[in-house]
Amino acid sequence: MAKYLLLKHYRGAPAAVNDVPMDRWKPDEVEAHMGFMHDFAARLERDGELVDGQALSPDGVWVRYDGEGRPPVTDGPFAETKDLIAGWYVIDVDSYERAIELAGELSAAPGAGGAPIHEWLEVRPFLTAPPTVTQ
Amino acid sequence: MTVDDVELRELAPAVLSVLVRRGADFATAEDAVQEALIRALAAWETTEPADPKAWLITVAWRAFLDMTRSDAARRDREVRFDTEPPAGAIPSADDTLHLYFLCAHPDLAPTAAVALTLRAVGGLTTRQIARAYLVPEPTMAQRISRAKRIVSRAGVERPGDVHTVMRVLYLVFNEGYSGDVDLAAEAIRLTRQLAAVTDEPEVHGLLALMLLHHARRESRTRPDGSIVPLSDQDRGQWDTVLIAEGIDIAQAALARDQLGEYQAQAAIAALHADATRVEETDWVQIVEWYDELLRFADTPVVRLNRAVAVGEADGALAGLAALAGVDDHVPRRDAVAAYLHEKNGELGLAARLYADAARNAPNLAERDHQTRQAARLNQHLQQLGSPRREREG
Repeated sequence: MAKYLLLKHYRGAPAAVNDVPMDRWKPDEVEAHMGFMHDFAARLERDGELVDGQALSPDGVWVRYDGEGRPPVTDGPFAETKDLIAGWYVIDVDSYERAIELAGELSAAPGAGGAPIHEWLEVRPFLTAPPTVTQ
Repeated sequence: MTVDDVELRELAPAVLSVLVRRGADFATAEDAVQEALIRALAAWETTEPADPKAWLITVAWRAFLDMTRSDAARRDREVRFDTEPPAGAIPSADDTLHLYFLCAHPDLAPTAAVALTLRAVGGLTTRQIARAYLVPEPTMAQRISRAKRIVSRAGVERPGDVHTVMRVLYLVFNEGYSGDVDLAAEAIRLTRQLAAVTDEPEVHGLLALMLLHHARRESRTRPDGSIVPLSDQDRGQWDTVLIAEGIDIAQAALARDQLGEYQAQAAIAALHADATRVEETDWVQIVEWYDELLRFADTPVVRLNRAVAVGEADGALAGLAALAGVDDHVPRRDAVAAYLHEKNGELGLAARLYADAARNAPNLAERDHQTRQAARLNQHLQQLGSPRREREG
């Protein structure tokens, strides 16, 4: 088994094929999308492949240490050019191919006009613990 | 027969109080009571003892002695306690109250006070608390043992008071329902228990507030988790027994004439519960209660909710005027602004504000709800033809 992170972006990913802001969709298209997302999460869990799924607020700041006895420096809100993560799934699957397959399914979530969004998702393998057998 | 988990946990504070009164230190006594509760679940599976509390006290006391002995052996100390427990003092209402105060110690951060209260007063296991708050069990275990160390060190002489306890219980209630522990129900149980040992009107106000909100729980969300706003809720689903009890408790508290923020909030909840149809809501009186509430809790959240009530009582423009004085950064401000502008016929502006509200929503259910609102209005505007027809200004 191997763990992968499926990463969804608010911005910073290449443009989706069906790239229309959600508030411009028809109400039944919004419903269809939400139903799909709900089912996708439920299916991952049922199939024993879900580790975690979380969504992030678009708000946030940069923070860094500013020296002894000083409060940390913050820099925000983020610049419009910053790559912005929207959320993720962590999945535990048998193979790289399975991770790609699942990301593909998630990217097919219905959007405007009921057509798939074709959103670009980032797939990132986790670094694992060293194996017991090394040769 | 099977053991009633809640019935068992109800005995926890009394048992812990007895141990502490016998001279046991709080942290170890609390572990011993947990041990006794876990043993009871197994031992009572077949037969429940004639006197469950006495059984728990005996087992907890033995567990406490075992823990101190092994502690003492490790540190090469004398055993400080007799093997035979002294004649058991009957725990009084004051003991239970004291336990609540201890767990809401002012030196504890709110997250720690919440966890300790749920374990020591609520009798929940660390695992149950961890699952309810979606954190790993070792994290919750550390949080609780750290809290116990702080309480033990800070001493029992400077515990919290009923106001810190109420804040803790309110936090638990607001956490709602996630996973296998119903925190809202647990908060109600603990507040009931607290109300039984104190006549502070605010405690009764808090209990009434919880009951009145809990009565609407079924109607607040759809099976898929999506939000149903108050105006669209199926009022036939509201729990009339809980509402009647909540209103009785609120009225009795208010009759004492020592108003506070929880009683004022309970009064507002009672006015909503009283309306069998949304059109029957007495918004004028609700605004008056918000004005009272502001005297005790002048917060942006209260001002925001007051603006909604003003919008219903005196019209959208009055609501928007009330909203103008509310801090821009308070969560859900965009959502309220969107609602009031829609009510005022400014549909394009309202749609944009709903989209903003979705972007700034504090949770996914609200984000989805605001996105639906924006989509609904945008579709409506498209059907109207030109968005320029709206009155914007």
